[in-house]
Amino acid sequence: MLDIQTQLFEAEDIRFGPIDHEKHPEIESRWTHDGEFMRLMELKPIRPLSPAMVKKQYEDIEKEMDESRNLFYFSIRARSDDRLIGKAVIEWIDWPHGNGYVRLGLGDPKDRRRGLGSQALSMLLRFAFAEANLFRVTAIVPAYNEGAMRLFQKFGFIEEVRRRKAMHRDDEFWDLIAYGLLASEWAAGKGS
Amino acid sequence: MRDLFRGALVRLTSESAEDIARANTIWMRDSEFHRFADSEPMRLWSEKRQREWAEKSIEKDPDDSYFRFGIRTLADDRLIGEIMLRIDWPRADGILGIAIGDRDYWGRGFGTDATDTLLRFAFHELNLRRVTLGTDTYNKRALRSYEKSGFRIEGTTRGEMLREHTRVNSVWMGILREEWQARQEGAR
Amino acid sequence: MNNILVGSLVRLAAIDPAEQSRLSTATRSDSEFMRLMDSDPIRLFSAAAMQKFFEKDAAGDSGTRRQFAVRSIADDVLIGFVGLYILGWGAREAALGIGLNRRDFWGRGYGTEAVQLMLRFAFTELNLRRVTLSVFSYNRRAIRSYEKAGFQREGRLRGAVRRGDARADEIFMGTLREEWQALQEAAQ
Repeated sequence: MLDIQTQLFEAEDIRFGPIDHEKHPEIESRWTHDGEFMRLMELKPIRPLSPAMVKKQYEDIEKEMDESRNLFYFSIRARSDDRLIGKAVIEWIDWPHGNGYVRLGLGDPKDRRRGLGSQALSMLLRFAFAEANLFRVTAIVPAYNEGAMRLFQKFGFIEEVRRRKAMHRDDEFWDLIAYGLLASEWAAGKGS
Repeated sequence: MRDLFRGALVRLTSESAEDIARANTIWMRDSEFHRFADSEPMRLWSEKRQREWAEKSIEKDPDDSYFRFGIRTLADDRLIGEIMLRIDWPRADGILGIAIGDRDYWGRGFGTDATDTLLRFAFHELNLRRVTLGTDTYNKRALRSYEKSGFRIEGTTRGEMLREHTRVNSVWMGILREEWQARQEGAR
Repeated sequence: MNNILVGSLVRLAAIDPAEQSRLSTATRSDSEFMRLMDSDPIRLFSAAAMQKFFEKDAAGDSGTRRQFAVRSIADDVLIGFVGLYILGWGAREAALGIGLNRRDFWGRGYGTEAVQLMLRFAFTELNLRRVTLSVFSYNRRAIRSYEKAGFQREGRLRGAVRRGDARADEIFMGTLREEWQALQEAAQ
């Protein structure tokens, strides 16, 4: 069904938008100083970033989007005031095989547990399957991130790979789980 | 000599990189617009990046094979879209691209007027032999507009686009100088 | 201390970029080899991805990778390459990639021994905790070889690779330091 009228990037309470090089570095810099958020978002050892470092990262991201074409990066904004509240990404896209990796996060704890993550993931998946035409997407989640696990399971992702004790954090070992969702599964689930 | 850049509803302009970038950032919020304008999966570019590209193409390297105009309404000078022509001089052929970013101006003749104005420029100033364009077939409004301006379908690329799990054809359209001239005479 | 770079069939040696490139170039026309390896630089799990590093970086190792030539002990033939890509020093985990360009050395224990030498290097020289790899489901010979070296299956990404109209899975395997140590003790 060729529905190009329904907006790809507008949901009930949030929208996807581009990077704002003026306003966003300061906000994102604050998030990087929140160790709890960073440990949910990042698999590598965390480090806080200054706004200038975030700005440089943003430039690298747009450069990579332009040159490699394997990356889609969206800033998540509140619809009410366009404030930056998170990010959503499809990365490491392998076009010949139709694969991509998805990742998203909301920086402020006040914005979580309000259904905004679901709205963001829903838009991200529609984009992955109905605009980028991918065959499947994967999400990598550390086993301590129960919020992410629940979110992906809610959307029909299936646990596919469990790298045992692949993460070492807070002096404990955690499995790294790869969740997968096929385009056919997403299309079937949409009807319900 | 008439003002080649002036139509009945719009005029063609040269915009600053900053204005083009700002306008595009606003238009880009409308994914339906993008899906009419571009076959690639959408990327949401920052205004900064748009300005850098616009600077390169408009201000820094003026390229005599490429013309990029803003489209402004005559009534209130509002920037509603862009129109461009990429020229192959040896063949005296130009590829036309037009995008009306402000959806309030869809289906009201503004796009057709911009196209007609550009065709006059192409045939009377650049002295081209023909103008070409490509478009997807789900953009029915655009197809009608191009036909109104005198373009004819010259070929179909089957299943070129894939969107919302649906394969869609694209078409190539063209107008020859003599066809365009005949229309001008017919209109008198 | 043992010479951990030497087995009974093979030894791990420094890469000679010129020699490795010649061998790699000859292999590129071996489409079975290439399809077993695939090429995915971004995820950096496949052997062919590491091969690209050989060609780009003649200086050899960096902080994130260790790569070796695999040479037969009997007559010092260059058989292929093996390497570790450090996924994260915090996690002390590396991904392993191996490619035997010489078909006549397949299925004879050379690859398995090279993997075993690489594991010993990972756990007792780099002091890593975990080694991971991925392999396509149709590469049965490699899967058997990794299992012999002690890797456990950890799951599969369904349909991750497409060959013509058919899809195959990408199987992930891993081994932990403690498992590997237990294997060594059992072998004594």
